[in-house]
Amino acid sequence: MTADLYGASPLAARADALARHSAPEGVQGVRIAEVPFTAQVALRVDPRGGAAERIGTALGAALPGRPGQVARTDRVLVLGLGPDEWLVVGSEGTAPELQDTLTAALDGAHGAVVDVSAHRTIVRVSGPKARDLLNTGCALDLHPRVFGADQCAQTLLARAAVILLCRETDPADFWVFVRASYARYLADWLIDATEFDG
Amino acid sequence: MSGSFRLAEGGRIDRDRPVAFRFEGRDYQGCAGDTLASALLANGVHQVGTGIRHGRPRGIASAGAEEPSALVQIVKPFPEPMLTATTVELRDGLEAHGLPGQGRLAADPDPARYDAMHAHCDVLVVGAGPAGLSAALAAARAGARVVVADADTEFGGGLLGSGELLDHAPAADWVRRVTAELARGPDVRLLPRTTVFGHYDGNYLVALEDRGPDALTRQRTWHIRAREAVLATGAHERPLVFADNDRPGTMPAGAARTYLHRYGVVAGRRAVVFTTDDGAYPAALDLWGAGAEIAAVVDARPEAPPFWARRCAEARIPVLPGHAVVGTSGEEHVTAAHIAAFDPDSGTIGAADPQACDLLLVSGGWNPAVHLYSQAGGPVAFDGAAGAFLPAGSVPGVHPAGAASGLRTTAQCLSSGAVAGVQAASRLGLEAAAAPRPETDAHPVPKGRPLWRVPDPDTEAPGARQFVDLARDATVADIGRAVGAGLTSVEHIKRFTTVGTGHDQGKTSGTLSTGIIAELLGTDPSEVGTTTFRAPYTPVAFAALAGRERGDLYDPVRVTAMHDWHVGHGAPFENVGQWKRPWYYPRRGEDMEAAVLRECRAVRTGVGMQDVSTLGKIDVQGPDAAAFLDLVYTNMMSTLKVGRIRYGLMCTADGMVFDDGTVMRTGENRYLLTTTSGNAAHVLEHLEDWLQTEWTHLRVHLTSVTEQWATIALAGPRSREVLARVAAGIDLDNAEFPFMSWRNGAVAGRRARVCRISFSGELAFEVNVPWWHGRHVWEALYEAGGPFGITPYGTETMHVLRAEKGFPIVGQDTDGTVTPQDLGMGWAVSRKKADFIGRRSFSRPDTARTDRKQLVGLIPAAGEGVLPEGTQLVETRVLPEPPVPMLGHVTSSYRSAVLGTPFALALVRGGRDRIGQTVYGHVGDRLVPVEITDPVFYDKEGARRDG
Repeated sequence: MTADLYGASPLAARADALARHSAPEGVQGVRIAEVPFTAQVALRVDPRGGAAERIGTALGAALPGRPGQVARTDRVLVLGLGPDEWLVVGSEGTAPELQDTLTAALDGAHGAVVDVSAHRTIVRVSGPKARDLLNTGCALDLHPRVFGADQCAQTLLARAAVILLCRETDPADFWVFVRASYARYLADWLIDATEFDG
Repeated sequence: MSGSFRLAEGGRIDRDRPVAFRFEGRDYQGCAGDTLASALLANGVHQVGTGIRHGRPRGIASAGAEEPSALVQIVKPFPEPMLTATTVELRDGLEAHGLPGQGRLAADPDPARYDAMHAHCDVLVVGAGPAGLSAALAAARAGARVVVADADTEFGGGLLGSGELLDHAPAADWVRRVTAELARGPDVRLLPRTTVFGHYDGNYLVALEDRGPDALTRQRTWHIRAREAVLATGAHERPLVFADNDRPGTMPAGAARTYLHRYGVVAGRRAVVFTTDDGAYPAALDLWGAGAEIAAVVDARPEAPPFWARRCAEARIPVLPGHAVVGTSGEEHVTAAHIAAFDPDSGTIGAADPQACDLLLVSGGWNPAVHLYSQAGGPVAFDGAAGAFLPAGSVPGVHPAGAASGLRTTAQCLSSGAVAGVQAASRLGLEAAAAPRPETDAHPVPKGRPLWRVPDPDTEAPGARQFVDLARDATVADIGRAVGAGLTSVEHIKRFTTVGTGHDQGKTSGTLSTGIIAELLGTDPSEVGTTTFRAPYTPVAFAALAGRERGDLYDPVRVTAMHDWHVGHGAPFENVGQWKRPWYYPRRGEDMEAAVLRECRAVRTGVGMQDVSTLGKIDVQGPDAAAFLDLVYTNMMSTLKVGRIRYGLMCTADGMVFDDGTVMRTGENRYLLTTTSGNAAHVLEHLEDWLQTEWTHLRVHLTSVTEQWATIALAGPRSREVLARVAAGIDLDNAEFPFMSWRNGAVAGRRARVCRISFSGELAFEVNVPWWHGRHVWEALYEAGGPFGITPYGTETMHVLRAEKGFPIVGQDTDGTVTPQDLGMGWAVSRKKADFIGRRSFSRPDTARTDRKQLVGLIPAAGEGVLPEGTQLVETRVLPEPPVPMLGHVTSSYRSAVLGTPFALALVRGGRDRIGQTVYGHVGDRLVPVEITDPVFYDKEGARRDG
């Protein structure tokens, strides 16, 4: 039912290739796989106003106060993308209720709630070599003390604009949010990058 | 003969691992740990190639990256042009030959992989000699994240080639201990074989790692962002300039010492040492100790240094103070040095006495490698005592250390490195202390006296064989000509003589040429200065810089959700920005023209479908959204009703057309804009720019949703019937769902937004569904259209259909100099609005000219073919004498199925007043008559849009 409802994710056609180029579980190396169909809602609101506070209450976590910070609850991740910009990420199928929650909490205040679930897909890059692999095409400092768990950044990976999210540091676990049209390019680039010796 | 210059023991090569190689067609043997240069010297081979201008034999003139003359072309294992023999690691099967000053690229493609790596650290240490290792140790012990990069195959720098003792044991033991401790550090990265070649703002340094043929990537470009940088880059020994100083067998004294201690090679059997610096004496003594005969140490200074003179006397090495080598004999190899009495103060020389030798060692002092420091913005200043340019002033976060800062002894280098490491760590707030300095040999600090050139006994053509830059074959005479021509700037003289412009960027010739220029101008070297130290420090292959961004990964390829369907149906693709868009869908046996005519006919008479997902889409929300859009579009958007759509035109502040698209009002305070495919990012930036810098009072948020929606255009008189089969819940009736409106509903079971927009003039719908449903809905529509002969069409058919309707394409029919009025779209420019971007420019006299280029239609005379796009239009049947007045040019040109004739759009001076006239298109060598028409060729009344 779900597969039918959600059609084809941007990297469905690359799933086998990504698996082939991933190290088996437990092996020193790197695993690459798509995390498809997550709910993603773009949120813009004045961080100083009552609306931001109401949204924090409704989500169960205050909106991160600084770009790059990430708030986590059982249901959602809230990525701070800018001074007044966040990306709310939930599990598959929850976009309508997330939008309702956010819109209700806005309560007519000036803000924007936009469903962008299909706009980007997520590529998970994990394993002990994940940092080295990403650093072959990402200029950011990914050292665990600098870019730790629940931190995010908008950056370039190879030549694609991405949102990079660190989920865990040991072993490293990153989510790379990439626009659907760039997803195959990025997957092909990552597959090519696995042929490296860090 | 093989290996006959190799000592039985000593050095850091592995005699148990012989390495076979081929040079100039002859087989040789070296050892693991050799460079090509050391292996050649071990075999008695000095000449490597020839000079670039005069073809004179040239040999090995250094033991490192500063090598000006020993250029080789590598043939195997993979072709590489123009490497220096002194930096090529010897490998089994290596095949090379010498070069006449320049190489050539291989004809075969390079199969190797190259990649890049970004790294960050607290302290980057460049150079792993005594200073660099001491700095790294201090920083690492303080807990800093440290990267150590060194160009050589192993760490140690000058210690590897000096035979010195540290703590009464070979220096290599200390190097090994320190390297091992660093390697154990959790946050230390050691990069041997890595040359830092550029130092940019904010301590961003770029390096090239040579990973060798066995690695998956042969070379890696490192992008290192360091909070602090310690530059322990060492120094290069300066040659001396005298007649015929370029003969193979002539090399700096320190290089010979390195060949001895590092590679176990005695570079000659009988050496003459010519120096103006104390540093040559230990080299002479070491070679003597290894069994070479030292014919003489010729010291240009009036007095020899007492400490070293005594040592030489003990070894019965003749020392000749107040003398100079004024010339040499030998063609392919030096056979004698011509020694004469010399007074450096008066510059007079006595009669020359040839002294037989097969090795001529020279030392003119040392040039600190200040390249990176200078690139980082560090000033350098001439130091008279050192005869060299030394780091001066300071750059925050940059710490020159060791020989790179002008120090001469190992003890000084160890100390200054430790200080630099402690300083770097302290600036980061780390507590750091220098480790106890290992005990060093007790030698006096070497001193020198700069000597830029020795007088030339040749009075016929003085200076013509006194080489300053071996890489460029530039001589003292060449510099003399430049100065004689009136040049005084070192930068001008560099360009006039090409001194310092070779592969080595003048590492050995730079300071020398400054000294010689100063002498010729009668000024001081500090007045002359240096040329700029530009990156890269050593040559870098373009392949290494390109890394993995080649072939399919050269640039991102953007595809839509339906891409694989288009591929499966045989569509060739057109590049639109980074997008791949289906161009047309040829059937078996069809060429492009036939396919496009068929697709056009289908849309005009039946139904066609196109993937238009690539259009940019921007969600606009906020109480001031309507006011904002009134400011950015030329036409009125605030009056648009929810549920309706309006065409919109954007101009830049100069009043020129910038982009166009549709504006859909999706709520009281919410709109969805579309932009052209290739311009989406620019439009969003343009809007954010105005919003964030000019109209900060407007409460509006913009969100890109381009890939949220897959969009399918369904066009043609039968499109309503096709859509009705899969969108039963949407009333598609004209009255209920009029042109330029939108409805939400289900299409093929997926939530969709359907718009009535037409870019062909036909009845048409655009179906928007979330991206991941795109393929499903596309196929459902294709299936539903089966009974109607639904025809997928590509960008070419879209272009023809819109051109038949006279719809311009921004970027094709416009070029940034075209106003809406020029396009005949004055109707889209509001006269009611107080302001919008571009409005004020429409009152400029220039935009009001009646003879501006205007968009018109063209029909070529009967029997003529399709005019090439870009065709220039002229007034007369016969070309007048140049300059020919140009009326304008063809911007779009096609064959039309529905018109039965080729047609075109063009920008023509005063075009609208010329409708009905015949002008001429210049095609090849012919003038083709064309009639100027209205740009709307088809269905001028717009009767077809409602089906």
